[in-house]
Amino acid sequence: MFVSEKRTNKDMEIQFPVLQVVNKDGKLVDESYKNEITEDLVRTFYRQLVCMRTLDRKAKNLQRQGRLGTYPPFEGQEAAQVGSALALDEDDWMFPTYRDHAASITFGKSYSILSSWNGRVEGNLPPEGKKILPPSVPIATQLPLATGAAMAAKFKGSKQAAIAYFGDGATSEGDFHEGLNFASVYQAPVVFFNQNNGYAISLPISKQMNSKTIAQKSIAYEITGVRLDGNDIFVVYFETKKALERARNGEGPTLIEAITWRYGAHTTADDPTKYRDQKESEKRRENDPISRLESFMKRNGYWDDAWIQKVHDEAIEEIEAAVRAMETMPPPDVNDIYDYIFETPTWTIREQKEQYMKHLRGEE
Amino acid sequence: MLTATKTKELTLIQAINDGMRTVLREKDEVIILGEDVGKNGGVFRATDGLQQEFGEKRVFDTPLSEAGIIGTSIGMAMNGLLPIAEIQFLGFIYPAYEQIMTHATRMRYRSKGIFTVPLVIRAPYGAGVHAPEIHSDSVEALFTHMPGIKVVCPSTPYDAKGLLISAVEDPDPVLFLESLRSYRSVRGEVPEEKYTIEIGKGKKVREGEDVTIISWGAMMPVAMKAAEEAEKGGVTCDVIDLRTLYPIDKDIIAESVQKTGRCVIVHEAHATGGLGNDIISIINDTSFLYMKAPIERVTGADVHVPFWALENHYLPTPARVQKAIHNVINF
Repeated sequence: MFVSEKRTNKDMEIQFPVLQVVNKDGKLVDESYKNEITEDLVRTFYRQLVCMRTLDRKAKNLQRQGRLGTYPPFEGQEAAQVGSALALDEDDWMFPTYRDHAASITFGKSYSILSSWNGRVEGNLPPEGKKILPPSVPIATQLPLATGAAMAAKFKGSKQAAIAYFGDGATSEGDFHEGLNFASVYQAPVVFFNQNNGYAISLPISKQMNSKTIAQKSIAYEITGVRLDGNDIFVVYFETKKALERARNGEGPTLIEAITWRYGAHTTADDPTKYRDQKESEKRRENDPISRLESFMKRNGYWDDAWIQKVHDEAIEEIEAAVRAMETMPPPDVNDIYDYIFETPTWTIREQKEQYMKHLRGEE
Repeated sequence: MLTATKTKELTLIQAINDGMRTVLREKDEVIILGEDVGKNGGVFRATDGLQQEFGEKRVFDTPLSEAGIIGTSIGMAMNGLLPIAEIQFLGFIYPAYEQIMTHATRMRYRSKGIFTVPLVIRAPYGAGVHAPEIHSDSVEALFTHMPGIKVVCPSTPYDAKGLLISAVEDPDPVLFLESLRSYRSVRGEVPEEKYTIEIGKGKKVREGEDVTIISWGAMMPVAMKAAEEAEKGGVTCDVIDLRTLYPIDKDIIAESVQKTGRCVIVHEAHATGGLGNDIISIINDTSFLYMKAPIERVTGADVHVPFWALENHYLPTPARVQKAIHNVINF
């Protein structure tokens, strides 16, 4: 197998520096957002990060206990997802993948998606009026969809924008490029939010692409490209907000590369020790998004032991309630498999349904 | 259905153009997009004059990117528009197949109807015009097999306009197949006003007693020619233009074959996995005991549509259909 000599194009890393607002020691390194960092914002960040991590760990445990199906954990990526989701306006469109439920839960303020990991279609349904798409499974295919939703928003003269989530592996798919190119050509109000977590299942980014950054792929489409520290919730939030603002103002799409890390497996069916040294993942915890926020809070007078304890207690209660809600759902309705293929079922589906229902009732 | 009477004679492609103009006038949400559909009016001129009349906002050229065209059309359809997307040739649709099958056809199901995709995909199909490689495919069965998309295929200008308007009004994705060799060779009277033709309904275009011939699209003139020839020899045929390929009009098939007891199916697509087999299943389920002879299929072989110097050896011909009629009569 031919493997090309790795190029060392430092230019791209210089052109797309990794933006940070708060560094891994919790120190404010970019003063430009100082006035926008309020106690309310900091507490919203912290609370949501803790809830999401609590959920993710709970979900992994449920899967091990046989109470949840195959589950894709996101631990390590909470800041990227929560920060970007909090930047959205109520009426915006969100196109998540199967690993972005921290984003969709944050945006939708509902845990109902949990049941989708139990094979329930109900988990795909957003709260009333929220435009959160069911998690996209075929890699990168949601990017052209997001571009299209944004094109329609522009067509209608609305202030809606769209955000599409995707991983590093998705940048190798044709649909990534087609989605970006259409967005560029039509100056669609869309933000392409990449979480570069270093691995596409087992394939490290160094074998995924010979480019130094994902952000640099914006150059080809003459759209804004941003590379940032995806474990810094402040930079994620403020840069996503800016990108959405540009989109709404007719300044076109943005490609954001949020550098992060998935500590665990691709899914609960995956064993990462087969392809990487998990010591590396443990080392990455030095750059943990939640610890970083905690350091920031301690440094800047936001830390309050009682409040912190309350957040952790409430997170457990909230997640337990979400699990109870999932486990006490009425049983799935077999009609659902026939009734939503078309608005009005075709005769083949009607006949097939009738025949199967008779079979279920024990009739001949 | 049609109420008024003012008509004009149009070719198939003019009727398609007229259908699009009708819906563009009626609904501001209707947009047309695709490769070369704007300024150029389409490589076959299907969208001729539409950008001039309705502007670049509603009739626009896209990058050369089938998955991009369909993917963005799905997004636009979910967000309130009614896109009519042109794929330049059906044989070029393969890059968009993933978008169609993983999103367009599934969105209603996977969101329990919260997100829907009222999208029309138009695509010329079929051989017989000496086109280059890949331009001549007839792969309707790749779409009729998959849940969540309707497939229509008109053979006349009248049906083309009415079915196109129905497709745009349909709340689910519709693949609209156009026989490219009929574009200018088939003419007919078309009402100037708006009318619709119900998706899922076939049409009996010739009445007979002895054999039922079932076909659609580009093969209709072939089927009709064979029926005319057969009648010279004293065999009369019901000829059914299926018009919709999913869902198939099973009643019109059952009603006819229960009368004739004999059936010949003509399609341009490959035999294996072709729609002819589904029609045989329908006859099996509805009319088995009425049949006097095994059903004959006249189809393309399980080979690629040949380079055009040999394409006539691939395409069903009236002579091959006549032979099939002979076989079912003399079984």
